[in-house]
Amino acid sequence: MPININIIRSVFIERVLNETASVKTILFKDRVSSKADPGQFLMVWIPGVEELPMSVMVADEEDSAAITIRRKGIGSTALFNKRIGEMLGIRGPYGNKFKIAPNARTVLLVGGGTGLVPLIRLAAKLNEMRICCTLIIGASSKREVFFENTADAVLSDTKHKIIVSTENGDYGIKGNATDAMAQVLKEETFDSVYTCGPELMMKKVLDIASAYSLPIQASLERHMKCGIGICASCCIEDKLVCKDGTVFCEKQLSKLNEFGMFYRDKTGRKIVY
Amino acid sequence: MLEWCKLLRGKRQREHDRTLSINIAGMELRNPTMLASGFLGISQAIFNRLYNADVGAIVSKSISCEPMEGYRNPTAVCLEGGSYLNAVGLANPGADAFSSEIASNPYVPIIVSLVGSSHDDFPKIINKFDDLNILGYEINLSCPHVAKMGMEVGDDPDMVTKVVKTVKSHTLKPVVVKVGIGNVDILDIARAANDAGANAITAINTIRAMTIDIESGIPVLSNKIGGLSGKSVKPIAIRCVYEISKNVSVPVIGCGGIFSWEDAVEFMLAGASAIQLGSVIGYEGFGAFQKICLGLKRYLERKGMKNLTELVGLAHKY
Repeated sequence: MPININIIRSVFIERVLNETASVKTILFKDRVSSKADPGQFLMVWIPGVEELPMSVMVADEEDSAAITIRRKGIGSTALFNKRIGEMLGIRGPYGNKFKIAPNARTVLLVGGGTGLVPLIRLAAKLNEMRICCTLIIGASSKREVFFENTADAVLSDTKHKIIVSTENGDYGIKGNATDAMAQVLKEETFDSVYTCGPELMMKKVLDIASAYSLPIQASLERHMKCGIGICASCCIEDKLVCKDGTVFCEKQLSKLNEFGMFYRDKTGRKIVY
Repeated sequence: MLEWCKLLRGKRQREHDRTLSINIAGMELRNPTMLASGFLGISQAIFNRLYNADVGAIVSKSISCEPMEGYRNPTAVCLEGGSYLNAVGLANPGADAFSSEIASNPYVPIIVSLVGSSHDDFPKIINKFDDLNILGYEINLSCPHVAKMGMEVGDDPDMVTKVVKTVKSHTLKPVVVKVGIGNVDILDIARAANDAGANAITAINTIRAMTIDIESGIPVLSNKIGGLSGKSVKPIAIRCVYEISKNVSVPVIGCGGIFSWEDAVEFMLAGASAIQLGSVIGYEGFGAFQKICLGLKRYLERKGMKNLTELVGLAHKY
C-alpha cells in the first residue's frame, strides 16, 4: 500500500551534528524523506511541544534524511535539545522544488542562516548533474558560520566555489550575503540564481539578479499550520507557500507585492517587515 | 457565423449558470458550493482566487472582537480515510484588521463568520462589517474546542436565542447560524435559532474528538481535543441536515465531509439548499468547487431537473 505522507510517521534520532553553538543537524532514517526534492519541507512534531515546518537537509546514509534547527523559540529549543534515540513525528515532504534548467552550466546559490538547508540539498543535486556551483554563505560572524565543510563535501564531484561573508568581517568577505553576491556578479556570469534565507535578504537577491536579468528561484517562509493547503496561514497574496511554494520564480515574485514587505503573524494580521 | 456561435455559447453558459444558481436566505449565489468557515479564510487575495475557482460564496474564518493567536501547533492532524482533526483555537486577525482586509472587496460573495464570548461582542463586530460589500453573517455557535466561545454558547438554547436576537437587531443582512453536535440535541438548538429569527442554519460543525500517538503516548493536537471533519462525519451530518430541515422553516446549508458531487447530491436530498466544502480542499485544492458544480449540473441534466431547488429535500417523502 502506498504510504500516506500526511499521516505522522515516528522516526528516531540516529545522529546529531553540532553546527554552531545554537544550530544542530538531526539525522534520522526515513525512506520517504530521503527522496525529498530540494526545497521540500517536512512538518516535524516534537511530541507534546510543537510542530514546525523544516526544510529537508541532506544525510550521508541511505534511506536517511535530516533537519537543521536553530534554537530560538519553545519548539525549536525543544527540538535542539533532543538526543539520539528520541522520537520525532514527521509528515511530508511537502511543497514544490527548485527547478534546474536542463541547459544550466553554472549557478549561484545565496543563503543565509538555516535558509542554507534547502540550498545544500540543491547543491547535492547540482553535483550529481555536474553543474558548476558558487555558494555564498551569509552569517553575522565567524561563530555563526556553518555548512562550509558540508557544502564542500556535497559538491566534491563538480567545480565549485564557496564564499563566506560575515557582517562583522571576522571571517571571509566583510558584509552580508548580498554584498558578496554583488561582488561576485561583477566578475562572473551565471545561468541562474537560487536563494533561501531571511526575506529581506532574498528581496535584495531578487533585485540584484533582476539587474543582471538572471532567472531566480527563492524558497519562502511563512507562518505555517496545516502544511497541506487548507488553512492559508502561510498565504502571501493569493499564493499558499506550503502548496504553491515554497519555491517561487522571479516572474511570480515580481507579482507578489507582499514579498519583502509584509508577513502575517499567528492571528493572520499583516505585519510590516 | 462566428458571432452567432459566440452568442449561443454565451447563452448556453448563462442557462448553465441558472441551473445551479440559488437564492438562500436572500443571498443570490451563482452556485451552491460555499467555502466552510475555518478554511483558507483570511486574505482578500485568496478570496479572489477562490472566486475565480467558481466558489459560490466564502465563509470567512470566525472573527472575534480582538485578534486571537489560537493554539500552538499541531493545530491540524490528518487522519486515514479523508478526515481531519483540528484545534486551531479560532486564530483570527480580529474585527479591525479583517474589516480592513476586505474593505475594498470588489465582487466576491463573502459571508463573515462571527464568534464571541458574550452576546455583547457581536454588535461590536457587526459594526465593523455592516457597511462593507459582504453578503451576510454566519454565527459560529458550535466551535468544539475553545472555552466560553462557540459550543459553550451553542449548547444553551437560551443563549442561542439571545445571541441570534442581538445579531438580528444590529443588521439587516441575512444571518446564518452554524450548529453542531454538542451536549444538547442539535434539533433544539436549530429550532431556537430558527425561532429567534435566523435566516438559515448551517449544519454541522466539527465534532469533538481526539487522537493519541501510540509511540509516545501523547495526544497529537497541542490542545489535546479538537474537532473532527471530513469523510467520517458525513453520515452524521446527513442525519442532522435531514432532521433539521424537516423541523425548521428556514433553509439549511449542509456541511461535513462533502468530497464529491455525489456527496453534494446526498446532502441536498436530505434537505440542504446549499453546501459547504472544507476538508476536500486538502485533496482537490481550489479545483474542488468547479468539479462538484460540474457533477451537480450533469446529475440534474440526467434526472431532467431544471434547477437545484427541485432536488432539495426529495428524500423527505420516503
